[in-house]
Amino acid sequence: MADEATSTPDNATGDAPTGSERPEGSAEASSAVAAGDATEPGTTAEPIEAEAPPEPNPVHDELLALLKSAGFNGDAILETADAHGGLVVRVANAQWRRAAEVAKEHLACDYLSFISGIDWQPAPREGDEAGGDTSSPVQPTEMTFGAAGSAGRFQVFAHVQSTSKKWGLTFKSDVDDADPRVESWVPVYSGADWHERECWEMYGFTFDGHPGLRHLYLPFEFEGHPLRKDYPLLARVVKPWPGLVDVEPMPGEPDTDAPSEAATEAET
Amino acid sequence: MTAPTHASARSEGPGWVPQPGVSEPSVGMNVELDTGDMVLNLGPQHPATHGTLRLVIRLDGERVLTADPVIGYMHRGYEKLTEFRTYPQVTTLINRIDWLSSFANEVPFMDAAERLMGIEAPPRAQWIRTTLTELSRIATFLLFLGEMGLQVGALTPAFYGFRDREHVLNLIEAATGGRFHPNFNRIGGLKDDLPWGWIAETRATMKIVLDACDQFEDLVLGNEIFGARTRGIGIIPSDVGTAYGVSGSNLRASGVDWDLRRDARPYLAYPDLDFKVWTHPDGDSYSRYWVRLQETREAARMVLQCLEGMPAGPIMAKVPRIIKVPEGEVWVETENPLGQMAYYVVSKGATGPFRVKIRSASFSNVSILPWLLQGVFVPDVITILASLYFILGDIDR
Repeated sequence: MADEATSTPDNATGDAPTGSERPEGSAEASSAVAAGDATEPGTTAEPIEAEAPPEPNPVHDELLALLKSAGFNGDAILETADAHGGLVVRVANAQWRRAAEVAKEHLACDYLSFISGIDWQPAPREGDEAGGDTSSPVQPTEMTFGAAGSAGRFQVFAHVQSTSKKWGLTFKSDVDDADPRVESWVPVYSGADWHERECWEMYGFTFDGHPGLRHLYLPFEFEGHPLRKDYPLLARVVKPWPGLVDVEPMPGEPDTDAPSEAATEAET
Repeated sequence: MTAPTHASARSEGPGWVPQPGVSEPSVGMNVELDTGDMVLNLGPQHPATHGTLRLVIRLDGERVLTADPVIGYMHRGYEKLTEFRTYPQVTTLINRIDWLSSFANEVPFMDAAERLMGIEAPPRAQWIRTTLTELSRIATFLLFLGEMGLQVGALTPAFYGFRDREHVLNLIEAATGGRFHPNFNRIGGLKDDLPWGWIAETRATMKIVLDACDQFEDLVLGNEIFGARTRGIGIIPSDVGTAYGVSGSNLRASGVDWDLRRDARPYLAYPDLDFKVWTHPDGDSYSRYWVRLQETREAARMVLQCLEGMPAGPIMAKVPRIIKVPEGEVWVETENPLGQMAYYVVSKGATGPFRVKIRSASFSNVSILPWLLQGVFVPDVITILASLYFILGDIDR
């Protein structure tokens, strides 16, 4: 649903650039929302869902026009989206640092809010098959991508804002599954240092040009990347969610509920 | 021949006799002491750190060469935990991010879920949320106004701060049932309406708060020693502050006129309230204290406005029993007592979020420390830490 208002960066001027329409990413994003139509810019006037604002956002148009006038368009911008009023711009991996430079110099975005990552791969379902924890919310099992799409599993995303113009936008960029790597923003925003260290330890993304990628939160000898979806929440693995203890077998009934037995044992 | 050591020279013989070609061994009496590179470990347990922040400081005499904050002693992995919780369960977690103003933490997350679901809390709920958010701000800042005095050596303000904060915490407790962790917000509104007599009580308490602000102004800001300890200490230029993501009062004390209550997408009842955004051009520890003092006053005035304009009506929107949030993603930011608190929530249509990026204010506010502490004196380190005013739960999440 975040994709209804999908437009190309050149929406404001109507000059269709090359590479702004990514059939793969758009198709996946559309199938995910079952409502998005990432067709021609300017033809998205027909709202599919009532809650999606069909009118163009003037601030977004201004931001995109500024990006274009700074020469940041064409191959640099893969897709844009309106995520509930927030502008999301997906840039090419090689243009990641330039996106920050352009945002700081031409969009007056002097304020770095955060840099982080997303792992779009669904977490392995432990509930039904493994017979363990069933208390967690069940997420869809197929991989879908959010606003502005993605080419693969990993994305880095960041939010920058302007304290003078009072606007802001979110940048996203795809990173490779096998060798997740992107340029560092530290030369542009000094505050990127800690955010990138956190992202490095949590997702395993390498930020080229960062002055020192070392652990921020986790112990120095820690192995693994906890925020990746295939990294289990160990607390739930070693001990089932305490709420499960409530489901105890009635006296006299055969005890067939293995998880609750395990839970009772763990409780005592 | 070998030169005798000082001890043996004294005990064994007649003492050192000058000899050609041999210099007398030095015993280190009038030598210049080497002051470089002493490593001072501040924390993890230190009163100025409000928790467990550790600073590894390399000193040259009294002067700081480098300061490296070591964080993570309280890392609880909330971003991971949210992926294993339903939306209503997440509220319990985010209460404990900034534990001094827990109510204010809940608001942006509720706002994010409501925006994704396309529902809106009724006006009365919005106004009560605004009131309680501002009360959280007052409680947080009153503690700061007292605590900052304590950190620079004035014991009395701390007692006044704690005493006056208690009045505000009593109000929050009366309305929500919890002094620190209200867990009072629901997706689509609030758990309960305000109790009888609460509005009159709050009005009386705001008088106490405004008086307390006057008292702090006389007692602390008017104090010459406090001024000497804080003026010109820990100056954050506005461009450095924004590049590090410093937000809230810390940034406004550097002259940046940016308050999300006014400048972000409109939220809660702030568009209907009349309030002033205070800034100070200096950017030093004194101005951070000054801005927070003014903002405490402003918050008390906003609470009074909220009580005047509080609309009648329901406090919960129509919300399904089992909350499923449609697919989408949203960025919601609010002006919390410590600065910009924001959530980037990605939903895949399940009962729990797929990814929640928690952007907490103190994390970025503290990340400027390596830059800010360079070249300052050791006592000023404490002043700067106190004036930045961070909460460890807000750094470590």
